[in-house]
Amino acid sequence: MSATDATTTTSSASGAGAKGMIGTFTSRYASVLPTFAAITILIALLAGAEIYFGNFLTGRNMSALLLDNAYLMVLAVGMTFVIVTAGIDLSVGSVMAFTGIFGASLFASGVPFVIVIPVMLLSGVAIGLLIGVLVQYFNVQPFIASLAGLFLGRGLAYVVSLQSIRVEDPVLLWLGSTRFTLGDFYIAPTGVIALLTVIVGALVMHFTRFGRTVYAVGGSEQSARLMGLNVARTKVMVYVISGLCGGLAGLVLTAYTGSGYPRNGIGTELDVIAVVVIGGTLLSGGRGYVLGSMIGVFVFGTINTIINFMGAEQSWTHIIVGALLLLFIVVQRAIVARSDRSR
Amino acid sequence: MRILRHRLFWPAAALVTLLVVNTIANPNFARITIRDGQLYGNPITILRDSAPLMLVALGMTLVIATRGIDLSVGAIMAVSGAVALTIIDDSPNPGSVGTVVVAVIVAVVVGLVLGVWNGFLVSVIGIQPIIATLVLMLAGRGVALLITGGEITTVNSAPYKFIASGYLIILPIAFFIWVAAVVVVSMLERRTALGMLTESVGINPEASRLAGVRSRGIIWSAYIASGVLAGIAGVIYASNTMAADANSAGYLIELYAILAVVLGGTSLMGGKFSIAGTVIGVMTVQALEKAILFLGVPPAQAPVFFAVVVVVVVLLQAPRVHAWGRAAGRRMGVGAKPRTDDRKEVAA
Repeated sequence: MSATDATTTTSSASGAGAKGMIGTFTSRYASVLPTFAAITILIALLAGAEIYFGNFLTGRNMSALLLDNAYLMVLAVGMTFVIVTAGIDLSVGSVMAFTGIFGASLFASGVPFVIVIPVMLLSGVAIGLLIGVLVQYFNVQPFIASLAGLFLGRGLAYVVSLQSIRVEDPVLLWLGSTRFTLGDFYIAPTGVIALLTVIVGALVMHFTRFGRTVYAVGGSEQSARLMGLNVARTKVMVYVISGLCGGLAGLVLTAYTGSGYPRNGIGTELDVIAVVVIGGTLLSGGRGYVLGSMIGVFVFGTINTIINFMGAEQSWTHIIVGALLLLFIVVQRAIVARSDRSR
Repeated sequence: MRILRHRLFWPAAALVTLLVVNTIANPNFARITIRDGQLYGNPITILRDSAPLMLVALGMTLVIATRGIDLSVGAIMAVSGAVALTIIDDSPNPGSVGTVVVAVIVAVVVGLVLGVWNGFLVSVIGIQPIIATLVLMLAGRGVALLITGGEITTVNSAPYKFIASGYLIILPIAFFIWVAAVVVVSMLERRTALGMLTESVGINPEASRLAGVRSRGIIWSAYIASGVLAGIAGVIYASNTMAADANSAGYLIELYAILAVVLGGTSLMGGKFSIAGTVIGVMTVQALEKAILFLGVPPAQAPVFFAVVVVVVVLLQAPRVHAWGRAAGRRMGVGAKPRTDDRKEVAA
């Protein structure tokens, strides 16, 4: 059932204008409603900020939104896969820190980028694989397995270096500092990587057998197994994908900051989970969209930018994100209760 | 061989092993000295420093027993510590006992309110515990930062400092606080039916509902207990540092508390819980931290060791490993069989 919802997402997004039959609409497209809510909130935030500040919706500002949150977007794509299977991955922040500092130290010792970048991605994959195997073959709860991944990644990051390491490699500097401009808008290669990750993630999720299996496993693992789907491989794979995204985010963040730092990404896993939930993915699994997670990242980034503009305490970001998270969970709860009743 | 089958045997064995390793690595470890009628030494430091983790893990045990989890304890600690220190800082007379008593009471009440909030989300609205407490985990530190104005508030108050570093008779007062908490919680859970009802809710919520157990109140009270205990832990932590640092107070303590509870043999699947096991688990975590220190590993790299410990512990609890153990036991004869059975008991 979730799989059919998935194919209607894109068409229903354009058909949202059909008013009047809201009741029919909400019951038919219950699973895209949270994502619609996220889009509405994003538009309201942007419009409100433009009216309040007058100079918010500039090309510069919007481009910075993508640039500053590129690593978060990459992580959110991987996390979406995991959460749709009803799992959770707490390790993403420290995997990002580890691959970032590991890559930076390899660059510093003169290893060429053609080796370093695959090594960064593969070390993310290795931690993801460890978590996936623990979850699938040893029946460890995802929370605990990825907690081990969190400790492991953070500890390994400190083993590599306790200080930040500057990166001088021209390829990486190019990734971080090049700006393709179009009028007022610009985009960096890291932003392109983030958008490509979202596109690839969305395509895999909606147009491959693997993606459908992910939805099926999240909807009901038992049913998926009875249908003859390869549940074990899928569940391991989602953690591997999340690890891969962690490695990629490490690359993006290292390019963005021009250095690796072992304390990067502390608490990022919570931001990522919040962003994915705000984007409309249900934590109970089976429903969610990669594109929704992208919207969630933009909501998060916009709140951050608005708070910067207001010159308010940065701590308000997390209070507001926490409140939004609560709002979305309650909305999701209502939707799930509603569709359970109608079943 | 009956002792091998006791479900606290393996957790206790792990703790004793760690203590022996510590003593071998550094013979000074076990030395206790008496100065001015007060005991000093590494074992005493462990007893004193384990107070915040012990209180948090105690609440976590109850929450986990109901099939829940409370991620917000670190944030609650940060908030309660910030509240206590801000009250003392703003008062005209920070050194008076009255101010400190008011500050402590308000801080603990704040912990209680936050616990009520968590319990409300979980038991009344029906949100998954991980997510319900994640909200406060995210927002709580923000609130703590607002209370302290984004700065690290430092205060100078002798009575408040006494809570963490003072001595009562010959032992640290923080030690007595956690012992009192353990005794009170054990009495409430094991001398009344509450403990059994908590376990029944954790083992099978539906069956216990059909049997007439009011699960809502039981689950709610577990989160309230967790909030109150985290509030007290925050007070002790702040008293230890005498600075309200909203970012580092209770940082990662939820994860260490969960680790301690699991080490103590309480399953994350809910149901049967062991308070004595949690006490042993907390001591193990503290001893492990000391061991890492004594073995000359930089503290920053300690998480690698914790990762290894977490993996080993969860593997020991995994059904597949039990199956392998039994298969190996059959090949080797009957001798190894009781051991694997025992592990299964720990996991169950």
